[in-house]
Amino acid sequence: MIKTIASLHSFKGWFFTFALLSIAVIILPILNIFMPEESVFHVPDYMFALLGKYLCYALVALSIDLIWGYTGILSLGHGVFFSIGGYAMGMYLMRSVGKEGVYKSDLPDFMVFLDWKELPWYWYGFDYFAFTLLVILILPGLFAFTFGYFAFKSRIKGVYFAIITQAMTFALMLLFFRNETGFGGNNGLTDFKRILGYSLQEPSTKMGLYIITAIVLFLSYILSRYIVQSKLGRVLTAIRDAESRVMFSGYNTLHYKLFIWTLSAFLCGIAGALYVPQVGIINPSEMQPSNSIEMAIWVAVGGRGTLSGALVGAGLVNGAKSWFTVAAPDYWLYFLGALFIIVTLYFPKGFVGVFARFNSKENLRESA
Amino acid sequence: MISSEAHIKDDSIDTRHGCILYIEDVTVSFDGFKALDALNLYIDDGELRCIIGPNGAGKTTMMDVITGKTRPDHGTVFFGQNLDLTKMTEYEISHAGIGRKFQKPTVFFNHTVFENLELAFHTQKDVWQSLTQSLTGEQRDIIEEDLETIGLKEQKNLRAGLLSHGQKQWLEIGMLLVQDPRLLLIDEPVAGMTHQETEHTAELLKSLAGKHSVVVVEHEMDFIRSIANKVTVLHEGHVLAEGKMEEVQNDPKVIEVYLGS
Repeated sequence: MIKTIASLHSFKGWFFTFALLSIAVIILPILNIFMPEESVFHVPDYMFALLGKYLCYALVALSIDLIWGYTGILSLGHGVFFSIGGYAMGMYLMRSVGKEGVYKSDLPDFMVFLDWKELPWYWYGFDYFAFTLLVILILPGLFAFTFGYFAFKSRIKGVYFAIITQAMTFALMLLFFRNETGFGGNNGLTDFKRILGYSLQEPSTKMGLYIITAIVLFLSYILSRYIVQSKLGRVLTAIRDAESRVMFSGYNTLHYKLFIWTLSAFLCGIAGALYVPQVGIINPSEMQPSNSIEMAIWVAVGGRGTLSGALVGAGLVNGAKSWFTVAAPDYWLYFLGALFIIVTLYFPKGFVGVFARFNSKENLRESA
Repeated sequence: MISSEAHIKDDSIDTRHGCILYIEDVTVSFDGFKALDALNLYIDDGELRCIIGPNGAGKTTMMDVITGKTRPDHGTVFFGQNLDLTKMTEYEISHAGIGRKFQKPTVFFNHTVFENLELAFHTQKDVWQSLTQSLTGEQRDIIEEDLETIGLKEQKNLRAGLLSHGQKQWLEIGMLLVQDPRLLLIDEPVAGMTHQETEHTAELLKSLAGKHSVVVVEHEMDFIRSIANKVTVLHEGHVLAEGKMEEVQNDPKVIEVYLGS
């Protein structure tokens, strides 16, 4: 087992992976704690909330790369799985507020505001973290499985599948916008106080969440790498390139597509659950169709079918977004659109593809 | 040529009457156009059969019906006496032992030649097996043997997309072989091949007959003459004539609809 995992990367690959992991979970926290605040090497507290958010986005991109980059199924509805995980975590955080809300009631504030007297039945259980965790791990995948079963069984593919996923996320967004649905309407869930007893305002809690996110991302990356390098991964790319040949070779492609689709939703749901306590809010706008499209753009920009490209793409695009929304907020969407078109036309393999090409040219020169 | 003890599926196909494929009274229509019109066709176990016919005679539709891609409106298709192909999915049919080569060579362009054969290899093909199992030494040997047969040993680690057209055709045939099928359906195997490649293909197909039943759809008359014992002429979705190449060629009905040389 250890041998198979070790063979997933070259020595250089493992070195980079672990270097990045140790920078993220060891060096940055040390620089935060031990460096004096006036030092240029000091990492400020707010960085961890920001980086934690980026890591969640990277996990989303990773999950989309599995289904789109490797299997060729474009999903424009991953915002749904992200939100299901996020809302489940949000419900737990709401219940942890206790009687410290604005209205000093046992019910979440928005329910008091709507004059509800009792907790709806589907909120039961969210007082317990173990139950919440179970929901986070099961519900996004289960939802995806059901949706995917019917879609893939009817052999819906390509653009049609992408459009249906857009419709799915739009429909759920409208549902969650309604106050009667019981998830806080358009305000969503917010004003969280603590997680597992730790105050969410504390820098140490934020750093803890950030480190957990980094480790989850690392493990998800290893799992994904293991999958795409197994024969299963080769079957997935074969489905992308020539599905009918795969069927005539004796594979039940429905099972393969369902497996990777469900796994992708599972990872995306975890990303949502990690995102909510770090950002402090979850609302239906996460399910806006444009949000899910943006997620796919991260992967396209970074490079499809490489895993590492997805991580890089999520970082690059969101970094650019953070800068733009301060410097020139009105132009962000134009920039994003232009970026997508340029990448699709001129760099079909994304940022990582350009880098790899440069790298291989270097190698050629060396060997010549 | 390709054999493995593990393949027990042969027992499940009932060919006691000497026939491996029974197509009876099959009709397929697309928007009123009858691609197959009450077609009756029987293939003997171990036989090499060529099917010819003008464009639109229903050759490819017939292949689609056998492999489960198209469902007939009417009629039955049996593999051996016991397997009703009209009720099976593509992958079940493939598992039962029918391999198909498409008109346009379809191989996995982004995989190496070896990986193409690995994917086609006859083994357990569910998700969990694919995730956890890798090739055994014995299976590797069989694939190496297959590479020898199709003459792509040198290109083993080359991306299949980089192969020449003829080599892709060969790779696809090689993929069928490692699938270890009882019945091979081969659609225009020598299209776009050089004279030499064509001869080589003819040799290969002849060597396959006996162990496998082979059905070849082809336009190239010289090629058919060089391999066929028995030829079936399709026309407007049904069998026009059947028999030895010389008989068929001299059949006035055939000459009328199909001015092949």
